[in-house]
Amino acid sequence: MDKSGDTGVILIRSEELLNWSREKSLWPLTFGLACCAIEMMGAMASNYDLERFGIFPRPSPRQADIMIVSGTVTYKMADRIRRLYEQMAEPRYVISMGSCSNCGGPYWQHGYHVVKGVDRIIPVDVYVPGCPPRPEALIDGFLKLQEKIRTEHPLLGTKEIVLSDDKPAESDDLRLRS
Amino acid sequence: MFTNEQLAQHIINQFGDAVSDFDDPYDLLTFSTTREQIVALITYLRDEPALQVNFLTDITAVHYPDSPGKEYCVVYHLHSFVNNFRLRIKVFLTADDMHIPTMVPLFAGANWMERETFDYFGILFDGHPDLRRILNMEEMDYHPMRKEYPLEDATREDKIDALFGR
Repeated sequence: MDKSGDTGVILIRSEELLNWSREKSLWPLTFGLACCAIEMMGAMASNYDLERFGIFPRPSPRQADIMIVSGTVTYKMADRIRRLYEQMAEPRYVISMGSCSNCGGPYWQHGYHVVKGVDRIIPVDVYVPGCPPRPEALIDGFLKLQEKIRTEHPLLGTKEIVLSDDKPAESDDLRLRS
Repeated sequence: MFTNEQLAQHIINQFGDAVSDFDDPYDLLTFSTTREQIVALITYLRDEPALQVNFLTDITAVHYPDSPGKEYCVVYHLHSFVNNFRLRIKVFLTADDMHIPTMVPLFAGANWMERETFDYFGILFDGHPDLRRILNMEEMDYHPMRKEYPLEDATREDKIDALFGR
């Protein structure tokens, strides 16, 4: 819509509207676990400015849509992460940021205190590799998550339903558009 | 201002044979005492008006598995903000009797430090109000910082000196 003030009409499928509103306003839960959290803070601060993408942190899991597991998940912390995840309202998404939460990182073999991947305690949507990942990588993780949300069917259920004139969801990346 | 020599002489005058092994690695006055004397010693350092050692920086421990009779060493780091000097006090314990009095009545901040030292080394602080593990899971049945475990896979070859030009 242009900003002329004239009224206009948009035709859109209700699912596409839901997905659009979800993917454009991903509110992460504010918490960090280790050095990855520093990169996450950098991504949220002025240089990278995640608010450009409608992403800004919320202090309560009740208000959060997405959990960024940024850092080393110790066994002691695992209970708390699981509880915070269960307190989040659906739909909820998880980004696993960095090697530690992806697979245990440098502690994967000899660590006596580290969960060998946060996906052992909560389901993960996007894995961001790196040790720690740069803010650009985290932003890429968010874009990947947006692509994933765009293909969901919040009203029709999780079954893959292909309508006769259904086109695959378009990416935000203009270079990929036909 | 005290020099390390003046400080050591002050402590020796007060405690005599109960303190030993004076040294000053990196200019940090270090000495040993016994667990019978540690509470009296730190109480004295804290309350003596000339010293006023008013801050307990850290309590930790070291495991020396190859020193029979002195397998564990509890280390106290103290700091006098008033007179601007630091101290390190060591207490050696045997592996079959790892009890030492708590410092919580003197410095409330000792509470978590002693819980951490218990968690990682299994040192038992007598009189501690709540001696539970602090960083690891309650269910853990070993003390991970003891030198009882292989550091890593001995067959590993990706960290040999040649790869780092040494």
